[in-house]
Amino acid sequence: MAKKNTPTPSTEWNYAASPESTSHIRLEKKYQLFINNEWVTPSSKKYFPTINPATEDVLAEIAWANDADVDKAVKAARKAYTDVWSKMSGAERGKYIYRIARMMQERAREFAVIESLDSGKPIRESRDVDVPLACNHFFYYAGWADKLEYAVPHKKPEALGVAGQIIPWNFPLLMAAWKIAPALAAGNTVVLKPAETTSLTALKLAEIIKDSGLPAGVVNIVTGYGDTGAAIVNHPDIDKIAFTGSTNVGKIIQRAVAGTHKKTTLELGGKSANIIFDDAPIDQAVEGIINGIFFNQGHVCCAGSRLFVQENIADLVIRKLKTRMESLYVGDPLDKNTDIGAINSKEQLDTINKYIKIGKAEGAEIYQSDCSIPSKGFFCKPTLFTGVSQSHVITQEEIFGPVLTIQTFRTIDEVIQKANNTPYGLAAGVWTDKGSRIFNLTTKLRAGVVWANTYNKFDPVSPFGGYKESGFGREGGVHGLSAYLK
Amino acid sequence: MKKTYNPSLVLSNTRVDKVGVEERVARFQTRSIKNEAKRQGLHMVLNMIDLTTLEGKDTPGKVQQMCYKAQHLHDSLPGLPTVAAVCVYPSMVAVARKALGNSTVKIASVSTAFPSGQSTHEIKLADTKFAVDQGADEIDMVISRGKFLEGEYSFVFDEIAAIKEACGKARLKVILETGELCTLDHVRMASDIAIHAGADFIKTSTGKIQPAATMQVTYTMLMAIKDYYDQTGIMIGMKPAGGISTAKLALHNLVMVKEVLGNQWLTNEWFRFGASSLANDVLMQLMKTESGLYQSPDYFSID
Repeated sequence: MAKKNTPTPSTEWNYAASPESTSHIRLEKKYQLFINNEWVTPSSKKYFPTINPATEDVLAEIAWANDADVDKAVKAARKAYTDVWSKMSGAERGKYIYRIARMMQERAREFAVIESLDSGKPIRESRDVDVPLACNHFFYYAGWADKLEYAVPHKKPEALGVAGQIIPWNFPLLMAAWKIAPALAAGNTVVLKPAETTSLTALKLAEIIKDSGLPAGVVNIVTGYGDTGAAIVNHPDIDKIAFTGSTNVGKIIQRAVAGTHKKTTLELGGKSANIIFDDAPIDQAVEGIINGIFFNQGHVCCAGSRLFVQENIADLVIRKLKTRMESLYVGDPLDKNTDIGAINSKEQLDTINKYIKIGKAEGAEIYQSDCSIPSKGFFCKPTLFTGVSQSHVITQEEIFGPVLTIQTFRTIDEVIQKANNTPYGLAAGVWTDKGSRIFNLTTKLRAGVVWANTYNKFDPVSPFGGYKESGFGREGGVHGLSAYLK
Repeated sequence: MKKTYNPSLVLSNTRVDKVGVEERVARFQTRSIKNEAKRQGLHMVLNMIDLTTLEGKDTPGKVQQMCYKAQHLHDSLPGLPTVAAVCVYPSMVAVARKALGNSTVKIASVSTAFPSGQSTHEIKLADTKFAVDQGADEIDMVISRGKFLEGEYSFVFDEIAAIKEACGKARLKVILETGELCTLDHVRMASDIAIHAGADFIKTSTGKIQPAATMQVTYTMLMAIKDYYDQTGIMIGMKPAGGISTAKLALHNLVMVKEVLGNQWLTNEWFRFGASSLANDVLMQLMKTESGLYQSPDYFSID
């Protein structure tokens, strides 16, 4: 009979700091608006700082566009559409888009480092996910530019005109790619507004666009806060609004465009269910839970933030999840070994902390990993709440941070009902060894994306978008093109 | 106390998803090991090596030379550890015993009709007892893969338990020969059987079959060790063998052990590398961390 081993003195082996170098990046002190392939000082004369959320240091000053600036950008986009872009053949448009994709690839390292500096996401993710995927979106849609009649059979594909695009701070460059690439491929011109906390990679992309020789005015980038976004939404000469962001702002936009000719796609919030059945490969499911909620600090609209675990394996899964959380490194986003970086802004950290407080007040049991977090900058420990129900505020509202709520379930019908019992419907995950069960659930879960035995997988070929208050319209794939065609 | 086979080991088998395992392993491989962590890691790797020669053409001369190398990895670099053990055929154990004297380097002997295991129960027991009598500190047995694939799990279990008994004080490493088990589900099941039957260590491969110690396989076995430890508090050792010939891959294996099992497994009591050419690559990397330059392989002895 084996006896319990006497513990041997453990070897402390800790990873030395391994920061990605920032010596190769080039940042201006002050960024102007990008209109008509030129850097234009804002008529507002106003600038706002963009900071590194991991250190709170100012990275650059960014121009704050007002109504007049937006009008200038829209006029430039309209002129480019009428005079040049709408007359150009698809094959020619495709060449420009391919060129942008290749130039982004060549500067992938610089993009990754700037993305991590400005947004707080770990370099492992910006290097391995955000930047390569952003390039792939340009490559993918470049290929469609001269094949549009195959994308919309039996219809003559026609561009809409000028697209106003407003993107969020969680995947700054990637969202810019999701928006710009299909719009250009379909023959539209663009006025894009990045989020105020993460303008830098969009402005670096503007440098590439200028260098690529894309005709002036085809892509215009105006930076600023919500008022800048409102100026885009309300501009009468815009034909299409594409918005990714919060459900609240989405509703404001929807009201603003009501009764206008503007076509709209909205990709909004989520509170997605990640469902673990008792026949799932448990250790891989635990990884999927981790990726589902802690990827990008939980700043993911499709984050698997509501975990449902079948009751007979709940203790095991929760124990393994807690153990796994202890091996996550939280800290300097530029360190190559960091798993969880900085929360994007003070404002967002306050929101997350508010929900953690609510969760505790609601009587849910909290567990946070034992990691240390830097004293400076905005950081949040990976957090679990157990003992929650559908009636808890923390399971109903989108937290947009590294906070997971865990509920148990007993039967399939019960979990389908609970998974659908939310105003949102962006994504879901299903973990089971049974293929038949996967297909059964994909038809019954009201969510735009259902992942089986994986989570948070993205590809330019695959459409993405929501049901219900998670928005409408699809981005990515062939579906993403039709959002930019008449 | 003799262990008996419990069919629930198989019935409750833990499912393993290959795609998920590949993703997890890829995460370990993005860990960046620099500076002091690298130097310390490389020292640990050297100290975890079972320096191995398992060939039909092995001679006492070859084994003696390897035993010297085991204790003198690279004398021009002071402060290096020895390897953990030498690993030889039973017929060479006595030679190794004599060559190592009272060194702390252990002697591991393969047994049970290594590498195929295609022999009778009596011969496997005799093979094991012979190696132990000759002075082996550790026995590396092979499981009966044919019986496993036939579904004769109780045969596999009983055989391991019997060899464990024959080992006496020698520690038992159980080689699953994962390259012949084909799926990670099988690797997991065989790991559970070996652990419950009394293995002190579980080991991936003989080195004679490809693929051998892939990180996916090692990860699956580490998870079996982890689950057993969580249930019983008993530590089981792990030995990937075959195919780990670079320092970088060895460090990624250590990262995996650290993040799955924790720092307490990071000693040669609980983790080994079965390898013949790994040591020199590690030495070359260590010399590079000292001097900043890569030296020619000709500066590192081959024994």
